[in-house]
Amino acid sequence: MADAAAVAHDDHHYTSTGLNNWKLGFWTFIGSECLFFGTLISTYMAYKGASIVGPYPEKVFDIPLTSISTFVLLMSSLAMVLALDGVQKGSKKKALIWLGTVIVMGAIFLGFQYYEFTHFIHEYHLTLQTNVFGSTFYVLTGFHGAHVTIGVIWMITLFIRVLQGKMPPEKALQVEIAGLYWHFVDIVWIVIFVLIYLIP
Amino acid sequence: MSAHADGAHASPKFYVMIGIILAILTAMEIAAFYIPIASHTLEVSILLVLSAIKFVLVVGYFMHLKFDSNIFSLVFVAGLVLAVFMVSALFVLYQVLPGTTPPQFVGL
Repeated sequence: MADAAAVAHDDHHYTSTGLNNWKLGFWTFIGSECLFFGTLISTYMAYKGASIVGPYPEKVFDIPLTSISTFVLLMSSLAMVLALDGVQKGSKKKALIWLGTVIVMGAIFLGFQYYEFTHFIHEYHLTLQTNVFGSTFYVLTGFHGAHVTIGVIWMITLFIRVLQGKMPPEKALQVEIAGLYWHFVDIVWIVIFVLIYLIP
Repeated sequence: MSAHADGAHASPKFYVMIGIILAILTAMEIAAFYIPIASHTLEVSILLVLSAIKFVLVVGYFMHLKFDSNIFSLVFVAGLVLAVFMVSALFVLYQVLPGTTPPQFVGL
């Protein structure tokens, strides 16, 4: 981001589409991310049940635990949209509370994923090299976790900027774009939770 | 609920209502997983429909696509349709059609 002020002003500049270029560019990025996660989900689905040796998914998955982390990530999306509402209305307190909630919930989700990965490795000896289930599962959920990590770091930077009073309503687009990223990470997990964990 | 151009698309109360619906849908998904359903096809269909509703709610309301320009929707849906087609095609090729298996790797 070359200049934060430019982003805010860009909202009112003429563009050939009549739309904000930052927002259009970010939606294009999200469209490409659909294909990125599509390839990873495709690989998992193509190799489903193809592992020659165990452990197998039905033995290692802890659905109650993953359900809690899914719920946490889903509710973080609600917190994100409320944080945007706070910034748009110039309410510093509201923006800080909800951005802080997003950060905490994102960190909790990552904590669950760290626990799940270490549990699989130590309890079931499931690594990237164990079988095709391990390879495809860790690559897919690992890349999703990396996206959540980037999102949490992004939210922390926004939190600091709001705290410093550098996020007036005119710059709400910055929070809106970060929100698009966060919600995208959430919808990817909605798909992963059903296709990988719940469908036997 | 009000929609206007500067990005503030709905009231916090409305967002909370969407959040509650999402929580209920998630609970229904988990229930569908645990409650024995005689037909595997029916169970999979229920899970897919519930997750599709959640997906649409988040994209439409939290990501504001319902209120924003159709061009944003077009850019997103283009990537999404390609991704869904790819997942479906590979799934059908390797999991549904008889006699086809994905490439195997030694030791895995």
